[in-house]
Parts: sequence; structure tokens; C-alpha cells
Amino acid sequence: MDRASQVKSKALTDTRILKTAIVDSFRKLNPRTMIKNPVMFVVEVGALLTSIQLVRDTLHHSGEFGFGLQITLWLWFTVLFANFAEAMAEGRGKAQAETLRKARAETEARRLRPDGCTEVVPSSKLRSGDHVLVAVGEFVPGDGEVVEGVASVDESAITGESAPVIRESGGDRSAVTGGTRVLSDEIRVRITSNPGETFLDRMISLVEGASRQKTPNEIALNILLAGLTIIFLLAVVTLQPFAVYSGAPQTIFVLVSLLVCLIPTTIGGLLSAIGIAGMDRLIQRNVIAMSGRAVEASGDVDVLLLDKTGTITLGNRQATSFHACPSVTEVELASAAQLASFADETPEGRSIVVLAKEKYGLRGRELAPHNPMFIPFSAQTRMSGVDMDGQEIRKGAPEAIDKYVAEKGQVVPAEIKQIVREIANGGGTPLLVTQNRHVLGAIALTDIVKGGMRERFEHLRAMGIRTMMITGDNPLTAAAIARQAGVDDFLAEAKPEDKMALIKREQAKGKLVAMTGDGTNDAPALAQADVGVAMNTGTQAAKEAGNMVDLDSNPTKLIEIVEIGKQLLITRGALTTFSVANDVAKYFAIIPAMFAAAFPQLEVLNVMRLSTPESAILSAVIFNALIIIALIPLALRGVRYRPVGAAALLRQNLLVYGLGGVVAPFLGIKLIDMAITYLHLARGRIL
Amino acid sequence: MTANGWFQIGLYLLVLFLITKPIGIFLSRVFERQKTFLDFVLRPVERLIYRLCGVDENKEMRWQEYGATMLIFSAVSLILLYLFERLQLWMPWNPQRLANVAPDLAWNTAVSFTTNTNWQAYTPETTMSYLTQMAGLAYHNFASAAVGIALAIAVIRGVSRHASKTIGNFWVDLTRCFLWVLLPVCLVGSLVLVSEGVVQTLKPYTTAQLVEPQTVETQGPDGKAASQTVTRQVIAVGPTASQEVIKMFGTNGGGFFYANSAHPYENPTPFTNFFEMILIFAIPSGLTYTLGRMTKSQGHGWAVWGAMTALFLVGVTAAYWAEARGNPELAGVDQRASALHSGGNMEGKEVRFGIANSALFATVTTDASCGAVNSMHDSYTPLGGMVPLVNIMLGEVIFGGVGSGLYGILVFVILAVFIAGLMVGRTPEYLGKKIEAFDVKMAMLSVLISSLTILVFAAIAVVAKFGTSSISNPGPHGLSQILYAYTSSVGNNGSAFGGLNANTLWYNTSTAIAMLLGRFFVVIPILAIAGNLARKKMTPASLGTFPVTGPLFTILLICTILIVGALTFFPALSLGPILEHLLMLSGKAF
Repeated sequence: MDRASQVKSKALTDTRILKTAIVDSFRKLNPRTMIKNPVMFVVEVGALLTSIQLVRDTLHHSGEFGFGLQITLWLWFTVLFANFAEAMAEGRGKAQAETLRKARAETEARRLRPDGCTEVVPSSKLRSGDHVLVAVGEFVPGDGEVVEGVASVDESAITGESAPVIRESGGDRSAVTGGTRVLSDEIRVRITSNPGETFLDRMISLVEGASRQKTPNEIALNILLAGLTIIFLLAVVTLQPFAVYSGAPQTIFVLVSLLVCLIPTTIGGLLSAIGIAGMDRLIQRNVIAMSGRAVEASGDVDVLLLDKTGTITLGNRQATSFHACPSVTEVELASAAQLASFADETPEGRSIVVLAKEKYGLRGRELAPHNPMFIPFSAQTRMSGVDMDGQEIRKGAPEAIDKYVAEKGQVVPAEIKQIVREIANGGGTPLLVTQNRHVLGAIALTDIVKGGMRERFEHLRAMGIRTMMITGDNPLTAAAIARQAGVDDFLAEAKPEDKMALIKREQAKGKLVAMTGDGTNDAPALAQADVGVAMNTGTQAAKEAGNMVDLDSNPTKLIEIVEIGKQLLITRGALTTFSVANDVAKYFAIIPAMFAAAFPQLEVLNVMRLSTPESAILSAVIFNALIIIALIPLALRGVRYRPVGAAALLRQNLLVYGLGGVVAPFLGIKLIDMAITYLHLARGRIL
Repeated sequence: MTANGWFQIGLYLLVLFLITKPIGIFLSRVFERQKTFLDFVLRPVERLIYRLCGVDENKEMRWQEYGATMLIFSAVSLILLYLFERLQLWMPWNPQRLANVAPDLAWNTAVSFTTNTNWQAYTPETTMSYLTQMAGLAYHNFASAAVGIALAIAVIRGVSRHASKTIGNFWVDLTRCFLWVLLPVCLVGSLVLVSEGVVQTLKPYTTAQLVEPQTVETQGPDGKAASQTVTRQVIAVGPTASQEVIKMFGTNGGGFFYANSAHPYENPTPFTNFFEMILIFAIPSGLTYTLGRMTKSQGHGWAVWGAMTALFLVGVTAAYWAEARGNPELAGVDQRASALHSGGNMEGKEVRFGIANSALFATVTTDASCGAVNSMHDSYTPLGGMVPLVNIMLGEVIFGGVGSGLYGILVFVILAVFIAGLMVGRTPEYLGKKIEAFDVKMAMLSVLISSLTILVFAAIAVVAKFGTSSISNPGPHGLSQILYAYTSSVGNNGSAFGGLNANTLWYNTSTAIAMLLGRFFVVIPILAIAGNLARKKMTPASLGTFPVTGPLFTILLICTILIVGALTFFPALSLGPILEHLLMLSGKAF
């Protein structure tokens, strides 16, 4: 996040991005590029027409050169400003993506040759399908899948999470990401992406002009804008006959000025920048979207499916109670559990140490004289513990302990089995503690609901979004946690196929569903969901199935993604409303100016008291161009989104962008008119 | 403006409000084929009609089929009327031996009545026989109204249904509209009018001996001015009452007489005037309630009604104010309202109606695409005359024509939802349906066709000799006349500004095209939207859903209508009535 926010603060003033954007805004004048944006294309044609007229006037020494020149220049500026907005958004998006890409250090890879030998190649030479070996201390050279071995991997470079994670072949934890470091063991990795085809590269291409696809809502909005443009084109073209009838024909400069002021140039110029900026904001939060459509859909989500573990509750359960065997005291059990956990740096291990300390006053003991040998947790044994003074203390999952004590012909006592069941039924996870392969008792680890989740769910409810907790727990436990967390509903004892069925059921009711997932068996559901966010730590299949990847692998981020989607849509709507509302003032500036010479009586419509007809028209055109530049920051930043109901949001935005859109140009045009008059840029009347 | 005037306007609004719900409920029961109190008589008749015509009343149609059926029905009706007009001399019930109507005028009139416009480029009492009036024109008053209502119901079905391919059966909707809605009301309504003195007879015109012979200036056979003494007056009569009710109730507006509802045989008393105005708004207003009821969002129905009412009130206030103010040119003339006279600008107005009821009637008839008039809009003050013009330009959606007003305003609803809907942070939804590219395209097409037709025809007419030669006053008033003619045609209103000689080849042809485009090319895209919406899934409403109820939505809808509907015409208006008004203030009249 820190890295990303630096990028963000830099980008608006970054001179390199600015320079590229300026060059790009000229390059985008190419009519073949411009035609993709019908509104600005009309402005460009208008600018071309006035340019031609300007040349003809100059050759014939007719017309008012100063006025014509200024109008023409400002029309070109209007087009350039719109191009600049788009280029800025593109530039920022690329800069952010590149910063992320640089985070993946160029490394050396040990590639397996067909003959079984290894060769050292730079990671950029790896192709999809290559197999590489990664040993302790080495970096994973590219995105891929573990095909052999188990290892703990430090993914903090990508996720920021310091605790190492287990990556093993087969199953849901087989995906590894380039740039992460192996901490134990050696793994064989099959590379799954070619250079230039990673998710990041795909994201960059979504930001860049050439391959950018318009989203469905953008297409619809473009149709509306094109329709409005045609209507106003008609109004202006037919105005000339009416003017001729009235004995006051107009020059091409005035007609084009009126047209450009009326068509929705503000939103037309900023529309693609808004879309790109939405993507940028996702990258800033380390989320990569596979399509613009997905970002848009996330604003529409009605139901959020959230996995309990890691999303609603802290991923790690914490020790909350000790349950000793009848022959053992609780203090003895706590002491042994604490000893077994001293070297265990996982949150669960630490929570056991802390609980023993808080409950029984067992403090850190001087262990060195006892010559302890700590047994770290390993993926194979699923136990950890310590050997000291001939004592073998272990703690682990009931099944693992069961196997471990059985090796010495021991069994887990029936009372403990009963306790284990009870802990599990109550929503907790039991761990068993043994000393010399004798079971001392059980530790209960239970779920802790993350702080602030209740409030977030309340916000979501206010937005009209229902949250649903998915958990493998039994219904009783699930209900308890659901109540505690304040989710609207839950699905207990969920199997992967249940998730799929649930999504289909909700979709049949007309709802849009978002979910997160990481396992291969999540893949169908991720593909079915309207917004499927795959965790970066998830399997390749999951990442392919979803339409977004969260590099931080933080399932809670789904809520932020929804907010970004909403923000994108609001920004679009706000600027459209603003743009359309602007027309009222522009009419009052231009219409009286057009006919002031023929019908001085129309001066009463000049409610802004603009100084001269020339200045009035010029001011309207200048306002129309400058407002694009003025709104670029808003388009890139997005309109602030508050999680309140739709009615309140609409009222507020209508007030700001609707009413504001009517009032702002009256003030703006008047100010520009005063400046023009002060600078003597316009003459008294139009010829 | 007087307290009495405001009281009458307020009473009108109150009665309108009170009848909206019962009419709305009745309409939805009729078209959802639920039980009504008329079933015991009408059900057998309905079944008989279906058996005779071979209609399967349970088979529903997709929007394409619905639209095609409607077009074929309208085309056949149109040709029939054309034949009636062209052959009336040789047919019965023509006691005045009126000649066959000229081809271009017959065509214009046939189109005009088929499209529910009732633009009249002719003088009825000297052009149309009783048969043509009754079997041709009056039939179309029923048929075009029924078509409009059926279309509106089909569109509402499109909005309210989900995951459905069909939007109803055109024949069933049409038949039920005739039998349950139009005929019963017209039967009762014409008796009410007859009781108030509206004529209803098949006898020839009567002749009256003048008490005081009049001398008038005419042209003699040699072309020289001559004076002629008139001692007798021919008084036109006919089967008026039966046609009068449907003319209002179906928002048709085509008068039995040239003077329309200003004629004492069409609209004799203040009561008939009030009754006729209520008839105009009855169905359009009731349909908003039907919309709410069928979409199960009564608040939405009232929000739409609220927008219509607000715009109506603005119009009536402006017209009443402008007319009551009188003409500043007539300095020294007493134009203040008093016990002896109504004051204000009485030119072209009936004394028995006065300023308030003339302004109210003018607003009602142009808000609804009725087009009946009880005063001459051409003689209004520039701003007073701009009210009817603007009312029609807004797209005939302020209550609007029967059916067409409702489906017309739904286009603006969709545009409002689309433009502002994004601001709640979801892609736009209308009552649970996503508004997507296709819907926007069709909505824009529908808006585009009306403005394109009005502006292009008017632009041609103002610069061409065949266009300008018909106008009676030069300058901005002439522009208003031409604008009004095309606006009225496209809006299927049919009221005339007067002053414009519309019975020319150019105007007969061009207004006929404008009427056809304004009716059918506007409704086909809307039917397409309905068909598309019916297909979609419906998202249940939540707190995050865009609200289409309440005052906020009403304001939004009004702003959309004003900005999208009216801004297009602002340049033209500023050169027409606005300029004329300003010139009048500076002492220049046309």
C-alpha cells in the first residue's frame, strides 16, 4: 500500500508522465483515433471547418481575423485537452503497473533441461512450460505451479504479509509468484506464463489505448452522447435557415462555437479517462482486473460471498482455553503447551504462549540449561514441539497426534476425544498436547472476528449489498460467528459445489454476485460469479477463472473493490449530468450574442450581462475548453463515495453536479468575459 | 388574473386528481383481464368478436409481432378513410351534396386521423359529409385512441414483466379498449353533452332569416370590389355530440365544425367546457396510476403524475398570466378584469369562457396531444402563444395523448434514469431492469426522430417560397406559425396556430409525413424497448437501487424533459415567440 500510494502522489505532478501525455494528446488528433469518440470527433471536424474558413477569410481579407483565430484555437484546445485527459490517465496507469513490475526483481533461474541437468538462465528467458528448481534462499523466477516438493515461501515482497506460507505440489496451494523467496526445502516449479503475458502485462494492455475495450455501460453512454450530439447538430444546422428567414445569417465561427458548446464535450472528453482511472485505483490497491467490465460489474454487486476464514475472522485462530486429562492439572497442561510453542512463531503458537502466561502466570523460563531442541512445524508431520531433558513434548492436530501416539501403542483417551468433538462443535479448532507420547489434554483455538467488520457490513447494507458468509463449519458454529460478525446470511458446511449452486440461485433472482477464492475447486464458482477475485496465492486455475487477482491475497479487499466500482460509475454519472446541465448557461451566453446585431431586443436574454457579443461567444467556448482541464483531477481521482443509501447519494450528487452544473458555467463564463474585456481580446460586434 | 379564475383552475386539478386512481384501477383491471362490473354484457360481445375475426385471445405476441399488427391495422384503417373521403359524393348521408375531397387533402386528413393528430387543413362543415364524419372520422377517433392505449399498455407490460418474450395480444388490447373503455364513456358522455345543448342530428343544415341584413364587401365576378347584402344564414348542424365526446376522451381534437370547441354547438356552456377538459386528461392521467399498479410501484406512478402535473401548472400559469396581462400595445384600453368583462387579451377568445378557461383549455389541449381548441392560439400574446408551442415541443408528455403520453414520458424516464442513475454507483436500472446500450439507442432514436422531423421541415419551409407563401404574418410570428404546424403534426396534437394556410400541396404532404413519423417511427423504438425490457431479469430493489419514486425523481424527470426536450428548440423559439414578445414590448406588432 505504501509503495502504491507513493506512486499515486507522484503521478499527478510527474513531469515524465506529463511530457508523454502532452505528446500523446497531439498524436491522438489522428481522425482514425478520434472517431472512436464521436463527441470529440465532431469538435475536431468543427475546428477543421473554422480553420479552413480562417484561411479563406485571410486570403480574401474579409471577416474578423482576431475573433476567428481565437475561436479556432480554442476549438483545437478543446480537442487537445480531451486527448490530454485520456493520455494522463493512460500514463499514470502504466507508471503504476511498471512500478509493480519492477518489484519483481530480475533473478536467475535454474532451468531443468530435458536431460535432467540444470542450466542457469535469466528469469526473463523463461517460457511457459519450463521447469525450474528453487532451493532454500532462492527467489522463484516467475509465476508458476509447484509440481514437486513442499516448501515454505516468503511472499512478503508481494503481499506484505511477513508470515511464510506453505506451497506444495498438487492441491490448492501449488501456485507460486515470481519474486517470492523459498525459506525451506526445495521445489520444482512449472512456469505458467510467458514474459509479457503475466497478469500485470494484461492489465497494462487494458490501460493502453489500442487494445482497450469499451465496457457495456461505456458503450451505452457513448450512444447517449452521440445521440445528444446529433440532436444538437440538428438544432444548430437548422438554426441557420431560421436565422436567414429572420434576416440575421450567422458565420461558420459562431455556428461551430454554438455546436461545440452544446454537445456534451465535458463528459465526452473525460469518459475514457474515467474508465482508465478506475483501473488505476485498483492497481493502487494491488488488485489487477482482467477486464474493464469486471470493474463496472463490481459497482453493481448485490451479494458478497465471503469466506469466513481470513475474511471475516482473523485467518489464525487463537488459543482460548485448556482442557486437561483427568490425571493432569491444567497448569501442567498449560506449561507443556507453552514449552511446545516457544519456538512456534505462528500466530496460533504465540497465542498459546500468551494464554498460558495470562491464565497461569507461566512466564518465559530460562531454557538454555536444559539444552532444548526445538522441533519446528513441518508440512509432513503437522506437529511442533521441543525435546529437552529427555522429555518429548509435542502439540498438533488431533489426527496427527493420534498417529504419533499410536506409533508407541498409545491411544488418545476417550474423554479427550469427547472434548475434541465439543471444541469442534462450538466453532473452535482443537489441538492436542503430548508429553512422551502421552496425551496431556487439548487446547481450544477459536475464531476471532476481525475488528471493524461489523461496521463494514453495516455500510454494505446501507449500500444495499447483502453479505453472505461461506464456511465449512457446522450450522451452529456458523450461526454464532455470523451473528457476531453481523453478516446478513451464511452458508454452513459448504462444499465447493454448494458455492456454485448458491451463486446460480442468486443470479437467477437477478442479482450480481461477487466472491473471492483461491483453490482449484473454487475455479468454477469464480468463473460463474459476476466478480470473481482470485487470491494471488491461489492456484493458477483459480486465477484464470476469476476476473480479478488480488496481489495482497486479502479477501477483505472485495469490499474496497466494490467501492472502486461504485466510484467509477458515480464519476461517470456525475460528469454526464454536469455536462448536460452546462448547456443552459451556454445558451444564455450565445443566443443573444448571435442575434444582438439584428435584434437588440434579445439583449434581455443576456442575463450574465456579458460585455460584447464577440466576448460572449468566446467566453463560452473558452469555458467549455477549460472545464475539461479543470475536471481532469476529479476524473482521475473519482467522485468521493460515501456508503449511504441510493436516495441520499442521488440527492447529494444531483445537488452538486446537477445544480452545480447549471450554476457553475454562469459564473465561469462571466469571469472569463471580464478577463477578455480586461485584456481587450474581443471587439464590439460580430460581422 | 382573478381569484375566480384560479379557483376554476384549482377545481379542475382537484377533480383530475380524484378521478386518476379509479380510472387507473379500472384500466389495469380491463387490460389484465380481471373481473369488471361490465363483464356480464361485454364478455359475450368480446368472445363473439374474437370468434368472428378468428383471434385466439390467449395467444400473446412478441414486440415485433405486436408492432407489425398495429401497423397493418392502422394502414388498413387509413386506406378506408381515404376511400370514404374520395367517394363521399356517391355515398349516403351527404345531404349537402359535398364534393369528393381532393387527393392531397384527403391523404393528409386520412393520415391525420389515423395518427390521432386530427390536424384539419379543411373546413369540416363545407368539406366532409355526415357519413365521412361518422364512419370515417369518428371511427378513427376511436381506433387511433384505442391503438394508443393498447401500445401504452403493451409498453407497461414490457416494464413490469421479466424473463418474458411477449408483451400481450394487440387484438385483445384493442377490442377491450373499444368495449370497456371508450364506448361506455362515450355513450354516457354524449348524452351529457346533448342535455347541455350540443346538437345531434342527421338532418340537413338549417337556414335562418337574419333579423338585421348585413352588407359585406366581396369580389364581383369581374374581380372588382362589390358589396353584397346578406339576409340569410346557413347554420351547420349534424351528429356532433357523439363525435364530441370521443374527440376529447381519445385526445383526438378534430372538430365537427371549423371553430372546434369554440363553436356553441360543440361546447355550449361553462359546464361542457369543464367536462370536455376533464375528458381530455382522464385517460392520460389514469394511465400513470395504471403504470404504478401494473409495475407494483405505485409511488413511481405518482412520481410520473407529479412531473406531468408540475409542468402542466407551469404552463397554465404562464398562459393565464400572459393573457390576463393583455396587450401593452393597446394603451388606454381597459384591460383589467372587472365585474363587467374578463379583461386581458380577449382577441380570439369566447366571451362565455373568458381568460382563465381559455388559457386552461389551451394548456390542457396542447399538453395532451388533443388539439381541440376553444380559443384561437394564433391570437394569443407572444408568450401566451408560446405555452401551447412549448407544451407540444416537449414531446406531448405532459399527460399527453391517450397512451402516447405515457409511452412518450417513459422514454424520458429511461433517459433520466440512465443519465443520473449512475450517480448512485450502479449501472442504470429502471424498476429492477438494467438499462443497456440497446435501450438507450432506441430511446435516443425516438427523441431524435421527433426533433429531426420538426426542425428539418420547418427549416425547409422558412426558406422556400412554397413554405413562406402560406404564412399570414411576417417576421417572427410567421416563424412561430410554421414551427407550430410541424410541431403539432409531429406531436400528433393537431391544433393549429391558425393564420397559416395549410391546405397547400406542400403543407398537406409534409405535415402528413411529419404526422406519420411522429406517430409510428416514434413508437416502434419504444415498443422495441418494451420487448427488450420484458426479456430481462429483474433485480429486486434494495437500499442501493436508484429510486424512481418521490419528489427527487419527479424533479429529475422534469429537468430531463426540459433539458433534452426543450433545449433543442431554444434557438428556434428565441427567433420566434420570444423575439416577437420582445419586439412587442418595444412597440412592434405582427
